[in-house]
Amino acid sequence: MSYLPEGTPVPSPGPDDAPFWDACDRQELRIQCCADCGTFRHPPIPVCAACRSTKSTWARTSGTGTVFSYTVAHHPTHPALHGAPPYNIAVIHLDGAGDVRLVSNVVDVPPDEMRIGMRVIVVWDAIGDGHFLPRFRREDGP
Amino acid sequence: MTAREASICGRAAIVGIGETAYAKHGGLRGRTEIELCMEAICKAAEDAGVPLDEVDGFTSYGFERHEPVVIQAALGIPELRYASLVWGGGGGGCAAAVMNAALAVATGQCRHAVAYRSICQGQYERYGQFRQRPLWGSFISPFGLMSPAQMTALTFRRHMFLYGTNREHLAEVALTFRENAQRNSRAVTFGKPLDRETYFAGRPIADPFHLYDCCLETDGACAVLVTSEERSRDLRQKPVRILAAAQASGPGWSLGPMGTHNMPMDDYATINSRVVARIVFEQAGLTPADIDVAQIYDAFTGLIPMALEDYGFCERGGSGDFIAAGNLRFATGALPCNTAGGLLSEAYLHGLNLVVEGARQIRGTSTSQVENARTCLVTSGGGGGHKSALILGH
Repeated sequence: MSYLPEGTPVPSPGPDDAPFWDACDRQELRIQCCADCGTFRHPPIPVCAACRSTKSTWARTSGTGTVFSYTVAHHPTHPALHGAPPYNIAVIHLDGAGDVRLVSNVVDVPPDEMRIGMRVIVVWDAIGDGHFLPRFRREDGP
Repeated sequence: MTAREASICGRAAIVGIGETAYAKHGGLRGRTEIELCMEAICKAAEDAGVPLDEVDGFTSYGFERHEPVVIQAALGIPELRYASLVWGGGGGGCAAAVMNAALAVATGQCRHAVAYRSICQGQYERYGQFRQRPLWGSFISPFGLMSPAQMTALTFRRHMFLYGTNREHLAEVALTFRENAQRNSRAVTFGKPLDRETYFAGRPIADPFHLYDCCLETDGACAVLVTSEERSRDLRQKPVRILAAAQASGPGWSLGPMGTHNMPMDDYATINSRVVARIVFEQAGLTPADIDVAQIYDAFTGLIPMALEDYGFCERGGSGDFIAAGNLRFATGALPCNTAGGLLSEAYLHGLNLVVEGARQIRGTSTSQVENARTCLVTSGGGGGHKSALILGH
């Protein structure tokens, strides 16, 4: 079962970010990386801010990271979310991808146990039609 | 020529202010948003003593639904010479819209320009709910990150982690602004004082923000009429001079918390206003210590500590102590703040009502008037992309 209910908006990839979501569907966490200077960037965009090269690759990451910040949502802000709160929203600073952070959720941690600095690892949450979202669980969890 | 001499400093003035009644969303049933919009514009012109036919410029900012040409035609205004909309959503452009009006009148592009904002959340959407994001929605909405409260909670949570700011500091902000609103009969919360117990009992919205950390949802409109320094001398009201007006963004901020939260590591727990702060103080030839009163964008209480640091009223990480010392309070604080009640307690007009209150302070007509107020800083939103600010004065 997915962390958030069916009916929650799903990704609608465009040309710039399709490689990210295609990788997710293969359960690989890939982050766009400059082919010339190696700087990671997110969200996907066609140019490197560090060297302005337009050549990029999609580097596979370990899927581990650290909770950089979080909030616990108590108020349903979308019709599909009625009954879902409280749920957490976390900003995950990924390992091995420079400063890149992903907005996601930590699926196995109750609201009052969320902490900045918590170590997490990606889990692939099926959202139907063969699509997966990168969510996270506690790295030292079960 | 110095940066100050080349700038907008002193070349334009706010000479008219206009406001409709403010009410809780849905509270002005029977009136439409465009009707409120036109009422505020007409009142600003009337307040200035400028015939509506001579208003030939209009400015607003992201999320405004009513185009200048529509308003011009509806009001039968003969000639439109300047119209602009600032990029970005919500309040990031509230001061920039006034800046654009000032630039237009100072350079003769038009005679009188009105900056306006109308919001009827009763008629249209509510901002606290999911809305399609024009960019990068795929990276946030599927994870349940949908409302500005949640987005700002993430940045302020990091501020708490880094600097030890806490809910006591947020309470001081909320209670101070609510107290100001009790002297302002226009405020939506007039007659509804807030005490500590009620504040702390507020239901959680997006931790650490609870109910009273979040701004109101308002129906209403407001407007300010801006004209050149030269024309301002002959009008009905004491001119409120625009001593500085700027719009800016720091490196790499992009859409900030309204995007994917990949702002520069060191800037994450800020409101991206350090650049705009530097520019407005430079333009006006002033420092934070010279500011007598401030109107700071307070869609959420947590924006205030981050803004105080960005604008240099205290050191980074020092805002909790600054707030706890009572510095924001009317009559006794070193920096009386949001003297009409702000977005938390007066009305949520995406910050343009902060400009209106800033003008009142310089006129000397605020309901929480700071004695001998000679300078007022007005800042824009804390969320999305670029930020803007004004320094108003004599």
